[in-house]
Amino acid sequence: MSSGSTVTVDESFQGRVYPAGDPTPVTADAVRAFARAVRAAHPVHHDTDAARAAGHADVVAPPTFAVTLAQAAEAQYVSDPAAGIDFARVVHGEQQFRHHAPIVAGDRLVAELHVDRVRLVRGNAMVTTRVELARADGTAVSTVTSMLVVRAPDESGEVAR
Amino acid sequence: MNDDVAVGAQLPTATYELSREDLRAYADASGDQNPIHQDEATARSVGLPDVIAHGMLTMGLAGTVVADWAGDPTRVLSYVTRFTAPVVVPADGGAVVEVAGVVTSLDEAARTAEVTLTVTSAGTAVLGRARALVRLA
Repeated sequence: MSSGSTVTVDESFQGRVYPAGDPTPVTADAVRAFARAVRAAHPVHHDTDAARAAGHADVVAPPTFAVTLAQAAEAQYVSDPAAGIDFARVVHGEQQFRHHAPIVAGDRLVAELHVDRVRLVRGNAMVTTRVELARADGTAVSTVTSMLVVRAPDESGEVAR
Repeated sequence: MNDDVAVGAQLPTATYELSREDLRAYADASGDQNPIHQDEATARSVGLPDVIAHGMLTMGLAGTVVADWAGDPTRVLSYVTRFTAPVVVPADGGAVVEVAGVVTSLDEAARTAEVTLTVTSAGTAVLGRARALVRLA
């Protein structure tokens, strides 16, 4: 690549909102598999009876499970060719969860995606998205914020893919 | 966790071994099938030394440490981190992630504690400014 390479990220996407689509069901199998993957052994993630004894309708998701729903929503933006995000050059910069209510198997959740910030810094782009997860009745469940860094192609290395 | 929580209290530390199989399990559980977490050739083609763990897997493991300390995972009210270095997972031998935590502030009125996490792999900090807000029992 030539000197002064920069990313192709389109700053005009800042402020865009992608409305919630159809609800996504949260299954007990998905909660259990995620809990196993992050070594979360608490019985409320795995045992329906334990979850009910703790006051939940079914098994409860671990604190970072919401990312699975958020990333699916973020794909509407980051996978849009017009957004100019080369996913091979994306590095995860920051992640935040703010939980308003537990996520429980049997929930049907909708995701509203906000592109909060698109900023070009020294040839790289920093893209901040926010996904508002809610039940179909509007009850807020989680706010999931992600900051991705889209690196400029470097001059020496090969440009990936 | 109990009412005796004080600023400076240490969380029990945890050590997690990660293999390529663990990365595949997280990919399947999370839906994040980015090949840099499974395929060496792809990882190297983008300048990485080898396959790396999902940053969200590392954040998830550290989140488990906080949730276990809290005693109830729904007491983790918020959780934030920066990703400062990758966890490199060679096919032979895998990686080790070490998690430590300390109570850095208390809000007696709100009955919450802020926990700050230190998460390292191969001696390098892989998460930065990792903090969780926990509702006290």
